Amino acid sequence: MTTGASDPGAYAVRVRGVRKRYGHVEALRGVDLDIAPGEVHALLGDNGAGKSTLVKVLAGAVTPDEGSIEIGGRRHRFTSPRDAQRAGIETVYQDLALAPTLPPDANLFLGREPARPGLLGRLGFVDRKAMREAAGTHLRSLNSKVQDLGAEVGSMSGGQKQAVAVARAAMWGSALIMMDEPTAALGVAQTESVLDLIRRIRDEKGLPVLLISHNLPDVFSVADRVTVLRLGRRVLTAPIGEVTATGLIEAMTGADTLRGAS
Amino acid sequence: MTDLASRPAQAPEAGARRRRAIGAQRLSDATILLLLIGMIAAFSVLTPAGTFLSLSNFESVLLTASQLLILSCGTTFLLIAGGLDLSIGAVTVFSAVVVAKVMGALAGTAAQAADFQYPNLAVAVAAAVGGGLAVGLGWGVLNGVLAVRTRIPPFIATLATGGIVLGLASVWTDGQNVQNVPLPFQTGFGLGKLFGVVPWPIVIAAVVTAVSWVLLAKTRFGLHTYAMGANLEAARRAGIDVGRHMVLLYAGMGALCGLVAIIDVGRFGTASITSHSGDGLAAIAAVVIGGTSLFGGRGRISGTIVGALIPAVLQSGFVIMDVQPFWQNVAVGVVLLVAVYVDQVKIRAQTRA
Ligand SMILES: Nc1ncnc2c1ncn2[C@@H]1O[C@H](COP(=O)(O)OP(=O)(O)OP(=O)(O)O)[C@@H](O)[C@H]1O
Ligand SMILES: [Mg+2]
Repeated sequence: MTTGASDPGAYAVRVRGVRKRYGHVEALRGVDLDIAPGEVHALLGDNGAGKSTLVKVLAGAVTPDEGSIEIGGRRHRFTSPRDAQRAGIETVYQDLALAPTLPPDANLFLGREPARPGLLGRLGFVDRKAMREAAGTHLRSLNSKVQDLGAEVGSMSGGQKQAVAVARAAMWGSALIMMDEPTAALGVAQTESVLDLIRRIRDEKGLPVLLISHNLPDVFSVADRVTVLRLGRRVLTAPIGEVTATGLIEAMTGADTLRGAS
Repeated sequence: MTDLASRPAQAPEAGARRRRAIGAQRLSDATILLLLIGMIAAFSVLTPAGTFLSLSNFESVLLTASQLLILSCGTTFLLIAGGLDLSIGAVTVFSAVVVAKVMGALAGTAAQAADFQYPNLAVAVAAAVGGGLAVGLGWGVLNGVLAVRTRIPPFIATLATGGIVLGLASVWTDGQNVQNVPLPFQTGFGLGKLFGVVPWPIVIAAVVTAVSWVLLAKTRFGLHTYAMGANLEAARRAGIDVGRHMVLLYAGMGALCGLVAIIDVGRFGTASITSHSGDGLAAIAAVVIGGTSLFGGRGRISGTIVGALIPAVLQSGFVIMDVQPFWQNVAVGVVLLVAVYVDQVKIRAQTRA
């Protein structure tokens, strides 16, 4: 049921008792979640279980009614996505939030463009050369499939777009990277490429990743631990080696519910 | 990483799509410049030597284009960001009325003006210029706040404010042009030249164009303008204050209207109520002909320069050839249709997935 860990320093991110209500719907009913440094943590659950809401709470996009978030032992209260970003949390949303007419480097640096040195920088001039070089270095370090740094992102394949969005999160995140169904729209090869990117974020950058997915093979392939939400409650957290697909599906759908329904 | 080998069909396809998109972009950029050069070449051949292709006609074409070019620079920013301002003609008229009224009232008494005596000319010009810019800016801010705060599409919102602003200007002046502009303002500025060589309106248009180009192509502000038009939600999530940015763009557009009003009053010595009704659409046409996307996120000042020159070149050529200059409107309309069509092809090439 639970992780049982008690040392707060052992976790990069600790979520305690988070509640969020939308009118009559209780999307989150007191959720606890611990994310360890450098782990890929999969978040599973049926439609409407509250996964996206939990991610939005951690991203600062939704303010919870109750509960707390601790990062590296410090308590945070996010009132805007900016707050979460400042605390080191970066999110790859399902819609990616890329600017399709801009090249990858401008997308990686969007809102955080490097300034030219001196007076020009103070006047708002962007150091495009530095931006392009840093973007190239970063994408190469992730072994990314994005090759043409001059091409518009809108003209790229779905996998390449996803790679740009993930790379942006990895570039700026220092506490946690979150991804909401990053492989939902991708083919087999591109999915594998994104999963590889996730592993690289963990292994090369040492960052924890919180991954929402409906795809169990993906989860078994990339996750270190897994948490299942059902109807706004956490029903399971376990190392991936200790669960089976059947067990996860039962946790997601709720064996009780099934029995009750039939 | 086995992907590259396992998806041989996808990579080339994506590459082709990109090449198609970029190819279309370059094609339309070059096409429109070639079109302008072709027009100039054709008129040069078709008109008597030393008429169309002469320094004085070159100057007069630039003078004609200068006001449209200034308005088009502001419109380029707005269209790239996903905005639109149809009220710019009306705001220009209103600002011109302010400029003319303030200048006329402050320069001297009616008796002095009748003798072409303007004891307070410097103060009057300063107040009129400041007033014209401020009023234009003010209407621009109103447009911007409407665009950001209400859900009224800018097409409707600025159509409405344009009607209101032009209506107010007409009520204020009884629909009459404002005449009592001090003569020295016209002779010294509107018809004057920098170093006796380059007419002031051209100088101002050149400066506005240069500043716009640098701002759009080199600065964070420019990059954010593109990002907003490409994906407003993405820009917002990247921490860009999109509301503030949009208001700034409309405010800048309004201030440029004030600037054009000052030039207009200087050139013609009067604030005309009727002569700017088509300015908004003319600017949008020039900008779109210049390759800026109606769908936002794409465009360049270099294209806008070409787009703003085309009507003036056509008009000059037709006048010299003794063709009815109204053919200019017909020709610009045709070019506009082609430009929008190319834009759509571009978008389709880009989003085909
Ligand atoms: N903005 C909102 N307004 C009202 N209700 C909402 C809102 N966002 C989520 N909900 C509700 O909260 C519950 C949890 O939604 P959430 O999007 O977190 O689920 P999810 O686990 O991400 O589901 P899915 O797998 O379908 O993406 C659902 O019942 C949903 O209808
Ligand atoms: Mg969801």
